[in-house]
Amino acid sequence: MLNQYYGDYVTVAVFVAVGAVLVGAAIGMSKMIAPRAPGGFKDVPYESGIEPILGGWSQSHIRYYIFALLFLIFDVEAVFIFPWALQLEYFDSIGRGMFALIEMFVFIAILLLGLVYAIRKGVLKWE
Amino acid sequence: MSIFIEAAIRAVFVFGFLLVTVILLVWVERKFVSDLQNRVGPDRAGPWGILQTLADGMKSFFKESIRPTNVEVALFVAAPIIALMTALLIFMVVPIGAPVEINGTEYALVGADLNVGLLYVLALSSMAVYAIVFAGWASGSKYPLLGSVRASAQMISYEAAMGLSLVPVVLFAGSTSITTIVEQQQGTFLGVFPAWNIVLLPSFVIFLISGFAETNRAPFDLVEAEQEIVGGYHTEYSGFQFALFFLAEYIAVFNISALTAVLFLGGWSGPVFGPAWIAWVWPIGWFLLKTWAIVLFFVWVRASLPRMRYDHLMSFGWKKLIPVSLAWIILVAIAIGIRDFGLPWS
Repeated sequence: MLNQYYGDYVTVAVFVAVGAVLVGAAIGMSKMIAPRAPGGFKDVPYESGIEPILGGWSQSHIRYYIFALLFLIFDVEAVFIFPWALQLEYFDSIGRGMFALIEMFVFIAILLLGLVYAIRKGVLKWE
Repeated sequence: MSIFIEAAIRAVFVFGFLLVTVILLVWVERKFVSDLQNRVGPDRAGPWGILQTLADGMKSFFKESIRPTNVEVALFVAAPIIALMTALLIFMVVPIGAPVEINGTEYALVGADLNVGLLYVLALSSMAVYAIVFAGWASGSKYPLLGSVRASAQMISYEAAMGLSLVPVVLFAGSTSITTIVEQQQGTFLGVFPAWNIVLLPSFVIFLISGFAETNRAPFDLVEAEQEIVGGYHTEYSGFQFALFFLAEYIAVFNISALTAVLFLGGWSGPVFGPAWIAWVWPIGWFLLKTWAIVLFFVWVRASLPRMRYDHLMSFGWKKLIPVSLAWIILVAIAIGIRDFGLPWS
């Protein structure tokens, strides 16, 4: 018998499988019923009724890339904050509660400093 | 009973529940918006047009899924599937009622009570971004690409805020299991007020706002701003593939509403009356009541607020929501520090 811990993830796996079967079946059914007649102007990428100019993959602005970088910082930081939030009581039980609290304040302060730096650099300005 | 069979039965129940809900949800939204705008709304299919969604869904089965010439086939096909799968799977960790006892065995009314429930939710909502990026990229067309770049930047920005807004909840409950978080909200506070996490008001507000942005709902629906970029990332999708995106979007709205109800409004906790054979219905009723209240709030906001400007949207996320949620984490941590182990002056 599988223990509770692995049992939960078996459940997740079964959910993924059932979901995949469900979505697959629906798509398959639609494939069987729906007409399929490619060709003509309906296969041309949509550009509000005029014929497309140049390729479909245009350039996008660099600032989106910077948002991705910022997000990376804050998401990785969440990786540190969540375990800390869970273990705060444990730290208290070994007499290190204060230490854990102040440690996290320093961490968050450094993070905020990074955000302030990014804002002062004008990352969030749109011109 | 074999664990596989039990999980499969749970999966069928959860997905069935979601699909029925979504059929209702689309109808409720259309009807409520039309009430707010002083029009009639759908009224042909079934009584009060309640079968309209079903009719629309059936119709999409019979329509051709056009595949434009520039498409990257694998990603183009995968994108709507990823969108729907992530939306379906998030709901499995949401408990819809108190545990029910049948023939002496207790069954939890939840797909799976993962001990990392909240992180699972955050991880899957990150996965949802892939669907949008793939859809925009694989379409090989300009509007979808613009829409998907916008959408992904918006979603990851608000996801950071959403993740941070949940930290106080975790601090409060000492667990990331959603069932534990609901149980911790049972009972009353000072004898009168329900002991809901709504006391973490800033977290609640930030979570709800980032929920709007995550599900690309008005006023944050720039992703699908018809006047600028047509349909956004799903411009090139048609027929059943479009229906998958549509389903995913509405399931996501329901997911966020259910999560808000569960994390901040006490989930299924509420007064229970009557004999044992009827008492188990109450928690489910409370959960549905709270969730649908938030769903209606979503619709109300859509009918009331104009769309935001993109630069305002981004600077609101980064300059307001994230710093505020970080400061709020510090405040809650200090409060919990005082409660649990006292600070130096005590």
